[in-house]
Parts: sequence; C-alpha cells; structure tokens
Amino acid sequence: MRSVDPEVGRIDHHPGYAVDFVAGLLNPERAVPSIVAGPDGKAAARRYAVYRNNVTVSLIDALAATFPATMRITGVDFFRAMARDHVRATPPNSPLMFEYGYDFAGFIEQYEHARLMPWLADVARLERAWLDAYHAADAKPLMGASLALIPPDQLTDAILAPHPATRVVRSRYSVVAIFAANRGDAPISQIDASAPEDALVTRPGLEVMVRRLPPGGADFVLHLSAGEPLGAAAAAVLAEYPTFDLSANIAGMIDAGVFNEICVGG
Amino acid sequence: MNELAQSLHPRLSVASRFPAHPVAGLAGTSLKHTHLPSILADDPQRAFFEVHAENYMGAGGPPHDALTRIRRDYPVSLHGVCMSIGGPQPLDQTHLARFKALVDRYEPALVSEHLAWSTHEMTYFNDLLPLPYTPATLARVAEHIDKVQNTIGRPFLLENPSTYVLFEQSTISETEFLRELVRRTGCGLLLDVNNVFVSATNQGHSALDYLADFPLEHVGEIHLAGHAEQTDDEGDLLLIDSHDGPVADAVWKLYDIVIGRAGPIPTLVEWDSDIPDWPILKAEATAAQLMLDRHAHGLMPGIAHAVR
Repeated sequence: MRSVDPEVGRIDHHPGYAVDFVAGLLNPERAVPSIVAGPDGKAAARRYAVYRNNVTVSLIDALAATFPATMRITGVDFFRAMARDHVRATPPNSPLMFEYGYDFAGFIEQYEHARLMPWLADVARLERAWLDAYHAADAKPLMGASLALIPPDQLTDAILAPHPATRVVRSRYSVVAIFAANRGDAPISQIDASAPEDALVTRPGLEVMVRRLPPGGADFVLHLSAGEPLGAAAAAVLAEYPTFDLSANIAGMIDAGVFNEICVGG
Repeated sequence: MNELAQSLHPRLSVASRFPAHPVAGLAGTSLKHTHLPSILADDPQRAFFEVHAENYMGAGGPPHDALTRIRRDYPVSLHGVCMSIGGPQPLDQTHLARFKALVDRYEPALVSEHLAWSTHEMTYFNDLLPLPYTPATLARVAEHIDKVQNTIGRPFLLENPSTYVLFEQSTISETEFLRELVRRTGCGLLLDVNNVFVSATNQGHSALDYLADFPLEHVGEIHLAGHAEQTDDEGDLLLIDSHDGPVADAVWKLYDIVIGRAGPIPTLVEWDSDIPDWPILKAEATAAQLMLDRHAHGLMPGIAHAVR
C-alpha cells in the first residue's frame, strides 16, 4: 500500500477531530467539544446533544431489542435507566448490534436497584443466548434415524457434535418459566422463582426453541458439547444423578436439535 | 439505464445465484421483517428493497432466509451503516471482509455507505458522526473508499450526511468534498434529499443552492425519509434525521426538482423507527414511483444527459 514514514503515518491516523468529538458522547458531564459550532457563530450545545442523544438512545434501544423479557419484568423506565448506565460504562466494541450485550447480565448482577430481583441476570443470560441461536450458522440437526444406524457396541465411543445454535443457561432460579412468561404479551400469573432451572436453547430450523432441561440434562449436554464420547458423558452424569434417564434425555435432545452430527470409530 | 447505472451494476457472472433484476427507474423501501409476510403474500411488484448490511452479518438464521427470499424476486440495495469511512483510523478489516461476503452472496443491484464515521479506537457509537472537510480528511476518506471498492470489486455509492454542527477547521464545502471524492475514486453518490433539507435548515443555507452545486450526474440512488423537529440553543428550528415518519412536503418538492434535472434515478423511502404497517410504507414508495414514471415518460432516451 502506501509507503509513509511510520511515525508520520501514525500521527496522520489520529487527527484530533475524532478524539475531541467522542469525548462527550457518552459522558453528559463533559463540555461540548470546542471544535464544533452552529452556523454564524451560533452555539452548539443542543446541536451536539443530538449526537449524544442518538448514541445513547440507539444503544439503549439495541439492548431493549435484545432483552425484551428483562424489560417487561423491570418495566420500561427501570430498564432504560439501567441500560443507560450500562451503555455509558460498557459501550459496544463491535458495529454489529446483535453482538452487543454480552456483559449486560453481569452488569445486572451488580446493579444495586436490581438486588430484589436476583433472577433478572439469568433471564438476561437466556435472552442473550436466544439471540446467539437466532443468528447462528444454519445446519441440519442430527436425526434420530442417524443415531439408530450406529451399531450398539460403538455407541459408547460416539462423539456428538453440537449444532451451532445450541446453548445452555443454568440458573438457581426458575429462569425458563420467568423467560417464557415475560417474552410475549400474554398476562402473567404468579411464578415461583425459587425452583432451579437449566435452559436449553436450540434452533433446529428457523425458529429458536427454549426448553427446560431435566436434572442432569445440562451436564450431559455440556459434557457432550465438550467433545466427550457418549459413554463417558453418560457415566459422568449418572455418577451425580443416579436416576438420570439416559435414553429419554437423548431422545429429547435429538428432538430439540441439540446436535449436528455424530462421529464413530474416529 | 444511464452510463453510471451501467457501471455500478454488477457484472453478470456465470456463478450468479440470483436473477439480475435491474433497478433502473424503480422506487423501493427499507426492508423490515415485520413487513415480510405482506410483501411475500403479494405477487412480485415493480420495486426494490434496501437492507442495512450489518443486520445480515450474522452467520445464519431468519435474516438470511428473509433476504434470500426477497432477493429472488427483487433487486436489492445493500446499504452499509458502520464502515466508518469518514473516520481517521484505518478501516476495520474484519468488517470489510463481512461486507464483501454480503456483496458476493446477494449480488446487490446497488451498494452504498455513508460520508460519516461511527467507530473510534475500539468503541462503536452507533450513530453517523460528522467530520471536518479539509484536504487531510479528503485524502483519508478517498483512501478508505479505494480500499472498500478494491475489496468488493465494484464501485459503490457514498451518501451525503445529515449534520447538526459545523467544524471550525472545515475549508471545503460538502458538495466540493463529494465531487472531489468522486473524481479521485470513481465512486458514485447516493443523494439523500431529506439529508439535504435537514442539513440546509440546520446550517442556515439553501437546499436549492446545495442541489445546484451537487454533481447530480454521479448520483446512482436517491433516499427520501421523514424528519423530526426540535430547536437549537437560540430557539431556531433544528431538524433531526429521524426516519420515523412520512416524507415531508418540502422534501418531495426538492425530489421532484432533482429527478426533473437528473432523470428517474432509483429512489428509496427509508422508514426505520415507529415503523408503520406495510400499506403505509408501500404508499410512500408508490408516490415516488409515480413521480419517477412521470419524469421517465417526459424524457426521451438520450435527452437526460442533454438536460443535465
């Protein structure tokens, strides 16, 4: 490309306008940059405020779009105030808005005003996983028929590759029930938040599915997704959950489209 | 199709996945997924659809399914929002590669980006931020345009911005800046008539003077959109490029003047927030199509160039 003196090139790559202009975008305490003005010597405070507002509001809107159930639980005003704090503390590092919000659940966990809703962060985690699944690569889920073709003596060594959309969210609270009740517009009845639930997120076709995993199910999916053979994964889960129903869990996972393919004899 | 349209139109390749669907003389709308069932329920219309490239940069899922279905029946315009062409730092190579992949995958009839920036160091600000117009920024933006065009293997259209502030360091007018970028890089222009009106109002100049000075012969697409009204520090009108309502009467009048001079350039109605039901947005595009057709019929082939 260009052959410039590296020092000159470096300076040239960082002229002041961007540094000066961004300084106050996410910080309302900062003065309006002195490099901008209105026409004919007019002031620039309200003019610069348009950019400030566009940046903050559009990023809050992006979080609102990704976390609708979280917002329904808190109410819009609470959510937007919380999101504004998060946007100012952790603006995005990617121009892809569907990649924003990975730190939001962690932020909610520390957010003083959300302490009375200890399940809120897990709902946000589940919504973040939902969006991952929505945008994940398209792939055909493994069908039960393919599994049935594997000779029984080879099953214990079989390795099941997870579908690109598959996610597991574990919670000490009823995250699936709370998510399901708040993701739509339907009226909500009382939910007991205290029952621990593990969520399975999949997208076998175009529709994202969220299911509640039975006890041990999350461990099983996670062991398998880590590349452990079926036999070893089952043994690990059975050691901790002696009543774990292996065939029912495998059938459930096939039905949900957890896996993409199966490898044997490798 | 005029020369510019021809030069911007993707070369037909043996490996085309989609029909060519010419965009010349058509009005279109932003593609919103809430409208998809209504659009697909209709027989294919004389229309095109524009998408924000970034919304289709995920690996798979419903966005790609929707765009694939639309692209089979319609010309598509790929409109980038966050390349940060007007920023001082080098373009994000990863983003550029994603953009190229979309151009290759969907064979869009039109490709465009903004004279603006949105990323500084690692932070993405999700807005179209303004830049001073100086010889140094001109050189940098031209370099960025070269980089994009070399990567995607075709010219693209650069859109004039809506602005709310002026930079004291600016020494070049916006129209001169754009004209010089076209000369240096061979890119085309996307003329956003609403942006012209918004900026002219906000900067206290005449939209007609701006348009008289605008290199219309290089315009490959026009944007129309709604704006909102606020006031500046002095209590004077400050227009916001909000894309949340119908196109204003003043903008329709300017549009009529532009296509009267430049001919029936593909025209897109943008509506990105407070999105209405499909028939309302479709009616805005129909209004633009009627004006395009009126000007197309009023012009004999070849006269468009003479009139300019």
